[in-house]
Amino acid sequence: MLQRRIPLVIVFITGVLMSIQYFIPHPVSQSAYNIALTWFRGVSSMAYAIAVISFVRHHSRRLKQPQNSFYSAVALAAFLFMCIVGFGFGIEEGTVFYKMYLNVQVPLQATTFSLLAFYMASAAYRAFRVKGFEATLLLITAFIVMFGVTTIGNYIPFIPKLTEWLMAVPNLASKRGILIGVGLGMISTSLKIILGIERNWLGG
Amino acid sequence: MIWIYLIITLLGNAPPRIFDVPNDGGNALRVEWQLPPDSLGKVDSMLILRKTLPEGKVDTIAKVFTNHPEFVDEGVNYKKAYRYSILYFIGPVQIQSKWSSPAKPIASWIDTRKIPLFILMILYTTILLVYIFTARKGRELYLRPIAGLEAVDEAVGRATEMGRPIVYIPGLSTISDVATIAALNILAHITKKAGEYETKIIVPVRNPVVYTIAREVVKEAYYTIGRPDLFDPGQVYFATDSQFGYAAHVSALMTREKSATNFFMGMFWAESLILAETGASTGAIQVAGTDAVTQLPFFVVTCDYTLIGEELYAASAYLSKEPLLTASIKGQDQMKLLIMVAMILLSLLSVFGVNITLGLF
Repeated sequence: MLQRRIPLVIVFITGVLMSIQYFIPHPVSQSAYNIALTWFRGVSSMAYAIAVISFVRHHSRRLKQPQNSFYSAVALAAFLFMCIVGFGFGIEEGTVFYKMYLNVQVPLQATTFSLLAFYMASAAYRAFRVKGFEATLLLITAFIVMFGVTTIGNYIPFIPKLTEWLMAVPNLASKRGILIGVGLGMISTSLKIILGIERNWLGG
Repeated sequence: MIWIYLIITLLGNAPPRIFDVPNDGGNALRVEWQLPPDSLGKVDSMLILRKTLPEGKVDTIAKVFTNHPEFVDEGVNYKKAYRYSILYFIGPVQIQSKWSSPAKPIASWIDTRKIPLFILMILYTTILLVYIFTARKGRELYLRPIAGLEAVDEAVGRATEMGRPIVYIPGLSTISDVATIAALNILAHITKKAGEYETKIIVPVRNPVVYTIAREVVKEAYYTIGRPDLFDPGQVYFATDSQFGYAAHVSALMTREKSATNFFMGMFWAESLILAETGASTGAIQVAGTDAVTQLPFFVVTCDYTLIGEELYAASAYLSKEPLLTASIKGQDQMKLLIMVAMILLSLLSVFGVNITLGLF
């Protein structure tokens, strides 16, 4: 029982204090906020240690599974290698760790990001198939907007203005509608957690 | 040049005026000085000098090139008093104004600019509390059906029938993001549902803090349904904190494990399409929910069901059917109605040239 009550009490007190803190610019309130941030950073750093253990344990277990063993072996070997070169020779510019990061990790990340172009083409094909009135409307709108931002589109008199209008009026209006709902949802969720009504983050 | 020199000697000799900057933590003072209009462009530069009291230490705090006669000094402390002087440079000549009278910055206890927001927050909280108390009395409240949440049972059932796992992604953001908290709330419900059918749920996590919480949420959810034996420590794990590294890992996981159902709940960025499109290519049933407006179109296209914006926050209440949580959704709807009415009224007024912002903008 106490295992649940203590976190709820901590959340209530911290939540109320931090909500009030937002409206008080006095240094006393600011230093309270900074203390909370320091605590958060402290907890985060401990969580990193736990996360690393989880990573090693997860891939070690998978080494026994034939279909996953190769990938997990690569993950573990890369992790160990980077740990050794990082702790052993430093992470500054010019070190092995830095070179590996710059020449292996960054290109790999860029490659995954670049795949997005192909995924986008495939998703666009699915979205713009004429299946009904809404899909047709979406296709026409998308065509105008895409055409409007190209060089050729700029030479057709009404296209750039229509593109601008589509982006600034119907698109922005719907975005704002969603954002108002999101803002209220955020406050509502925060309030439910502070008041202890929402307890699913404790497991239900 | 001589007359400029004379005018500045007479006028510039006057001490600058010091004002407190309101609504701050007592860490700023505004310094104002006066120059004759004819001197514009004639003064090469000015140095603003500050004397800290009681020590009497003099610092040069800024060099001003323009003739804009104002400067905000943000390097002061509310516990000390300060005096200011301006040093003018006109060609080879330097003229220093008199020192201003001592001024002490005031640390405000209330930011008056935020009062309208505070009133709105109190109003919203009151509406929510009224609905929560109404629900406590036992009054039943209706929630409109949300297709994405109605489909949760179907999605879990499908995974059970196919004997394949469920993949749950609680977003890529930190725990400070409310969307992540909402995603963890939904995770608890889905884990309970999956646990009842003994279906495996895999939760790869990107953020270390979210990982520790997600692990506890899953573990507690199994305890709640009386099946602690179902919890496998390997089912919730930290994948990587690299954004695209995580996308690559989850894509590989969905392809290799051939998950029957994928849930994408929380905050997503550019990787959203990579994740959802890979999931769609494996033939899995996919339910997404995010408040990231820019990622919503990608999820709408690639997923079977999408929770748009606030639906993500309503999901927990909807799935639990708990009266107190449902009441908060009703309160949220009432607040939205109020905002809509205010927006329409204010828009109509602005058409007639009456611009009221209620101090919110």
